[in-house]
Amino acid sequence: MTDGTTAPLIEVEHLTMRFGGLVAVDDVSFAGRPREITAIIGPNGAGKTTVFNCITGFYKPTVGRLTLRGEPDYLLERMLGHEVGQKAKVARTFQNIRLFPGMTVLENLLVAQHNKLMRASGMSVFGLLGLKRYRAAEAAAIDKARQWLERIGLVADADRPAGELPYGAQRRLEIARAMCTDPRLLCLDEPAAGLNPRESSELNELLVSIRDLDGVGVLLIEHDMSVVMRISDHVVVLDYGRKIAEGNPEAVRNDPAVIRAYLGTDDGEADA
Amino acid sequence: MRDRLPALVKDAALTALVAAALGLFIVGFKTRDAGQGLFFDYQLVDLAVAVATIFFGRLGLQLASLGLKWPSFALGAALGLIGAAPLELPSTFLHWFVVIAGVLIILRTIWPWANAALATARHSQRGRAFGQRGAKWFGAILLAAAVLMPFTSFADQKTMDLAVLILTYVMLGWGLNIVVGLAGLLDLGYVAFYAVGAYSYALLSTQYGLNFWMVLPLAGMFAAAFGLVLGFPVLRLRGDYLAIVTMGFGEIIRLVLLNWVDLSNGPAGIGGIPGPTLFGAVFAETAPAGKQTFAEMVGIPFTSNQRLIYLYYIILLLALVTNFFTQRVRRLPVGRAWEALREDETACKALGINPTNTKLTAFAVGAMFAGFAGSFFAAKQRFISPESFTFIESAIILSIVVLGGMGSQIGVVLAAVLLIGLPEWFRDLGAYRMIVFGLAMVLIMVFRPRGLIAHREPSVRLHPARASP
Repeated sequence: MTDGTTAPLIEVEHLTMRFGGLVAVDDVSFAGRPREITAIIGPNGAGKTTVFNCITGFYKPTVGRLTLRGEPDYLLERMLGHEVGQKAKVARTFQNIRLFPGMTVLENLLVAQHNKLMRASGMSVFGLLGLKRYRAAEAAAIDKARQWLERIGLVADADRPAGELPYGAQRRLEIARAMCTDPRLLCLDEPAAGLNPRESSELNELLVSIRDLDGVGVLLIEHDMSVVMRISDHVVVLDYGRKIAEGNPEAVRNDPAVIRAYLGTDDGEADA
Repeated sequence: MRDRLPALVKDAALTALVAAALGLFIVGFKTRDAGQGLFFDYQLVDLAVAVATIFFGRLGLQLASLGLKWPSFALGAALGLIGAAPLELPSTFLHWFVVIAGVLIILRTIWPWANAALATARHSQRGRAFGQRGAKWFGAILLAAAVLMPFTSFADQKTMDLAVLILTYVMLGWGLNIVVGLAGLLDLGYVAFYAVGAYSYALLSTQYGLNFWMVLPLAGMFAAAFGLVLGFPVLRLRGDYLAIVTMGFGEIIRLVLLNWVDLSNGPAGIGGIPGPTLFGAVFAETAPAGKQTFAEMVGIPFTSNQRLIYLYYIILLLALVTNFFTQRVRRLPVGRAWEALREDETACKALGINPTNTKLTAFAVGAMFAGFAGSFFAAKQRFISPESFTFIESAIILSIVVLGGMGSQIGVVLAAVLLIGLPEWFRDLGAYRMIVFGLAMVLIMVFRPRGLIAHREPSVRLHPARASP
């Protein structure tokens, strides 16, 4: 699991994003590997979420290339917003939770399997006729949803509207929903925000199991250093839109440039 | 209580004062033409009674809102009794006014109790099971009643006409429910697709002699095609902006029909549209050359009601098809994607759902059902003109969906009966019926802001056993 041993899954090369005169991301390059958790950290306004929005197709980058390696390779910057999820299999969660609050927990997980079910329902025609082929596909989708509900401990709440769940459960559900799309790359935008220490350590276990059992590459934006240091394999540090450090958690923690960015002190005093 | 009384009286007096100032010129005087000039009739007693009612009414409402049940209840009962008593009030309207004030105060008093009792009942296990069974039975009973209705004794011509009208709006409501209730696209120009369907049938039947059952699918397809053509450029807009553009589109269709005289015969409309046939038999006293009437075919004497009954069953069938389709599609990936799109478009995109295609299907399917309803309308009326497809129609259909509760099928039925049935029934009330219409809408929105039926039944359950014990 050390850097450079496996071929990368996502390659970000010279990514630059300008909004008018503001340079939100400035020439950032890094790579994320399959079966690894790559954390992107940095102070507020460092451009972390902008990087995410570029990778997941919500923004078109001003300059740069985003490649998802596979058979074939996908150039994410050239794809339409929804194609990044549909074809390249990049899933994401949001900083402020975006579930479908009026729909039940189970329905949320079924919507995530939309493209697969849509094919099985013959663009709805087979489904309208109630053919067996579609019913089998739906049963499989419900089964997959149930497995995820077991993993996040929400089986009993499956038929409740998602908006009624407590905050921590909503966070876990959003991750499960993203995983139900069968992603190759999972992008998590501050999944531990607003969680208490117990929920936060449950989240750690979930993310580690996603990495090890499901074999998915994970990109993680996080402010909670206990999460970052404990579970990430690789850390990328951004500040004012630039990459200032990269490496394993231990190396990044002791990097003077990182300490300077977080504490804002001069070199000589940065021994905190 | 005692220390609050002066403030309450002051508030009520102020309300009465405003009412008196407003009412002085509206109620207080009446000009009368006596031949040699105008005279004033003073109706100050009317005004005094109305102002007094408003004073006590306001007082009662305030007491009720403070939770003082018994005083407000007594006040309401007193007003009701005074109104109902054989007093010499100047007009019957004043009697009604006083009685209604009393009833409203009593309703306001018991509202919190009733609400709390209903809420506990709804959350208990038994209450929930009862509700689910009740909903199922209610639908079945409603359906049975609708099927048997033409054979009951009160199915005279007026009632059947009204029933056909209501069912047309139920179908339109169910069609629009797909677009607004499920997909969350605010469409203010739904009547455009209704018009496309109506003109499709009118033109194809009068120009090319096609019969109703041949044109029906074509009309649906034309309307759906219009939905796609309109939807493609505008569905990137959201919310209010989409509403404005669709409203504009509705007007454009009407203006085209009004001005493209070569095609649509302009404001003069298209007449002589043939009615629907049953296996080639027409519903008329005498058949045109080469055809037979329904009465001849079956061998029963002709009555004018037969045509209405046939129309009734056609629209009932069309409406039920719409309902069946919606119920079914809600459980399909497409239907869930529509609802997901209503809840959060950004999240849909992140899950790889193509928002444009998904919205377009909703728009086209909704338009298709409007097209069916439109060709039925043309076959029923036998004459159509652009007059029938004004903005107010779109507004009424949308009100039916919103008042019924977005996405609720049975809610649409209740709202259609309420909004279309009641104004027709109370046509005798004259000008007051529109006041009642407005009042009903305001009351529904005050007391049930999410529509008559706000409950959403999940499209699929993981624990079906627990739902119906």
